[in-house]
Amino acid sequence: MSEPTGPTLLDPVQMGRPVGRLDGRRKVLGVAPYAVEHEAEGAAQAAMVASTVPRGRVRSIDATAARALPGVLAVLDHTNAPRVADGEDREFAPLQDDTVWFRRQPVALVVAESSEVAREAAALVAVEYDEEPAEVGLRPDSPRLYTPEKLSDGSESDTSAGDVEAALAAATHVVDETYATPYEHNNPMEPHATIATWHGEDAGLGDGPVLTLVDSTQGVHAVRSSLAPVLGIEPERLEVVAPYVGGGFGSKGAPHVNVVLAALAAKALAPRPVRLTVTRQQMFALVGYRTATIQHFRLGADADGRLTAISHDVLEQSAAIKEFVEQTGSPTRSMYAAPNRRTTHRVARLDVAIPFWMRAPGEMPGMFAHEVAMDELAHRCGLDPIELRVRNEPDVDPETGHPFGRRRLLECLRRGAERFGWEEGPRAPLSRREGDWLVGTGVASSTYPANAMPGNEATVTFEHGCYAVGIGAADIGTGSWTSLTQVTADALGVGLEQIRLGIGDTRYPSASVAGGSSGLSSWGIAITAAARAFREQHGDRPSEGASATAGMPDNPDLQEYALNSYGAHFAKVRVHADTGQIRVPRMLGVFSVGRAVNPTTLRSQFLGGMVMGLSAALFEESVRDPRFGHVVTQDLASYHVAANADVADLDAIWLDDDVETHLNPMGSRGAGEIGIVGSPAAIVNAVFDATGVRVRDLPVTADKLLAGLLPQRERDHVLGDASA
Amino acid sequence: MTRTIGLDVDGEAVRIEIDVRTTLLDALRERLGHTAPKKGCDHGQCGSCTVILDGRRHLTCLSLAVAHDGATVTTSRGLAALDEAPDAGPPADTAEPSSPSLPGADPADLPLHRVQQAFLDHDGLQCGYCTPGQVCSAVGALAELAAGQPSHVTDDLSGRPELSDAEIRERMSGNLCRCGAYAGIVAAVRQAAGS
Ligand code: FES
Ligand code: FES
Repeated sequence: MSEPTGPTLLDPVQMGRPVGRLDGRRKVLGVAPYAVEHEAEGAAQAAMVASTVPRGRVRSIDATAARALPGVLAVLDHTNAPRVADGEDREFAPLQDDTVWFRRQPVALVVAESSEVAREAAALVAVEYDEEPAEVGLRPDSPRLYTPEKLSDGSESDTSAGDVEAALAAATHVVDETYATPYEHNNPMEPHATIATWHGEDAGLGDGPVLTLVDSTQGVHAVRSSLAPVLGIEPERLEVVAPYVGGGFGSKGAPHVNVVLAALAAKALAPRPVRLTVTRQQMFALVGYRTATIQHFRLGADADGRLTAISHDVLEQSAAIKEFVEQTGSPTRSMYAAPNRRTTHRVARLDVAIPFWMRAPGEMPGMFAHEVAMDELAHRCGLDPIELRVRNEPDVDPETGHPFGRRRLLECLRRGAERFGWEEGPRAPLSRREGDWLVGTGVASSTYPANAMPGNEATVTFEHGCYAVGIGAADIGTGSWTSLTQVTADALGVGLEQIRLGIGDTRYPSASVAGGSSGLSSWGIAITAAARAFREQHGDRPSEGASATAGMPDNPDLQEYALNSYGAHFAKVRVHADTGQIRVPRMLGVFSVGRAVNPTTLRSQFLGGMVMGLSAALFEESVRDPRFGHVVTQDLASYHVAANADVADLDAIWLDDDVETHLNPMGSRGAGEIGIVGSPAAIVNAVFDATGVRVRDLPVTADKLLAGLLPQRERDHVLGDASA
Repeated sequence: MTRTIGLDVDGEAVRIEIDVRTTLLDALRERLGHTAPKKGCDHGQCGSCTVILDGRRHLTCLSLAVAHDGATVTTSRGLAALDEAPDAGPPADTAEPSSPSLPGADPADLPLHRVQQAFLDHDGLQCGYCTPGQVCSAVGALAELAAGQPSHVTDDLSGRPELSDAEIRERMSGNLCRCGAYAGIVAAVRQAAGS
């Protein structure tokens, strides 16, 4: 093997310590300002008017009544809204023409003195449509299915090696099942929201910002680079600010139509600032969601449970207005060894809202199917599910043949089995009962690619005895304010009190988004490079104002190694024998993610991902109206997310001797997503162990268990009668 | 139609003229600049707008401001005033930087309620958007528990409810946390109740 060429690792002094969140005190007090909470003198309030047809054209808009309402400042629609400079991305070209692409698409925008007036006026805007036939359902026989050019992770739609059909025909054990996952919505607690202020071309003697967006986003520079061309502004003159972000889970990884609308309204009302908050209901149409999937999974194995074939055919959907292709089959390509393998993706672009990133796009639904299929195979082979995974551990990445940086899946499984008290051997469904409750345990593997995104740069400046470090990164709850301060301190070899971090603002150098579990890696690489450049140029006793800026050094290891995080999820469930009610009294996750930069915030990320995994397993499902394609469960009363009482004993640990040597100077990999990957499968597998009922479509709800529980209940009944 | 009402918000008396349709939440956030209570749903479904209103936890998005003329409102910002033994600000010898450079009001001179300190001690937050509602709700829940009010999971309705994790989880379930900080929240409420 070639000499290690990877990054030079930092000496962890501040890194590895459980430093409390630097923004914590502000957050528990409520004085950390989120997007629309920033001051904006004299700001007007905007409210959107949504289309009521799924496809067609706006025939007429009558805003007379709305305009007559005292306090209404403007009603914008496609006939009078400011023009965008580049409307090629149709998500970013609202109110530019009369086309309706999906129900709930904004067709007008009201701006008023107050939110009450804006909302009332929006309800008074009368829109008439010429409706056209729409297709809104994901069906295996949809005429709109096609093979996408690429998946959203940039990989091929279809892959194949060996002869899957022949291997399946010759296999001793075969799993051939269809799994389904529902539409899901990110629902960060802070709604997407923006304050837009149009200063105009003359601002600041011609070089100040033309437009300022205080936005709730996972990446200020992503908003700038996406929207500057749309709005016809030089990128440097589009200012974006987001110091605190109330969650995103992917939906805030790129701007959506609401941000463009806020900008257009601000332009129309310049220089008056405009606040636009997407309502919780509108978030189910405008800011992205996880597509539903239908996944045909086939596994073939020999008599010992060694996989001979892995086949994963994915059906999913996207939007007619804009393509986004979930990389559902991607993780299957690298997970287990098998000589014959294939993955395919077929997508239908429907007359519906635009899907986008939701925590572990691809990995979450794909690994649900894969890990339930593995559990089914273990059952058919009469093997302990962990032993099945041991027998199929690959030596090199099955997809590329590259060596793994370090693959410690089996250690995660073994550590977890020990801590959880996993009973070895094949599962024996319906074998444990406590009173009215059937009890079961389940396990599933987890994986997530170790990413570092290009295009990061950081500045270090010596000011008033402190080191000011700037990078346009984001803290969406992940703890970046704190962990990046720790990274910077170690990169400069000083204490935390000497660091003044600046993030969440385009005045700082370019940074990639907080997404793909890549934030800390990508930003930390640039920060370390800037700190090293600073020391090289200015030494250990810098003079006031000394400064250095650096980008990311080349890392040839990224081409030579398969770098992934791994994990093992264990779940215990209790299913009520009569009602089918499901409780999850215990979950454990064991992860290999490299070095813990901050153990406190790392653990919270794992736990948060696992809670979302539990939520996906048991509750989350956006129900689409089959006629119009909008989501009918469009609030938090009908779209259920896990509440406090749904979560019981939850534990996350990690391999603490883990150091990633190929990715970044911190020795870390990223942890935002791995907690949600595999955890739904562990719960579904535990439900099978408890009840003998195999559910293959999420979420697992009582109604899906009742038919299978019936024989059990009848038996109880007979036994009860006999003993009476 | 507008009306003028008076409110006491975090110890400060204010009078405002409001549209009668204005919710208490919008009055606080959009008229008075009190953005500690958050708007997560505007429909009483998430708990992020919780304040202590006249001594009880309350969802401000579900009430019209005009119905609360003369009310006393405590948000997370002023919560320490409700604590018998509030902390006095960050300890002077703290090992961590006080991070005065972060955006937003410098919290150094704002005392914490012990519930808020417990949230910090157990990392009962991530993005922090649900947190002001969580801490207010926790203060309300502990008061309800202390007053002997039973919940859905209280077995013995005739006795005093015991402080248990199940009781905490149940009583805190009106406050959704999409970041999933529930484990830390339960530990924090347990700690705050014990001290
Ligand atoms: S904003 Fe009041 S409960 Fe959600
Ligand atoms: S901390 Fe983010 S929603 Fe609770």
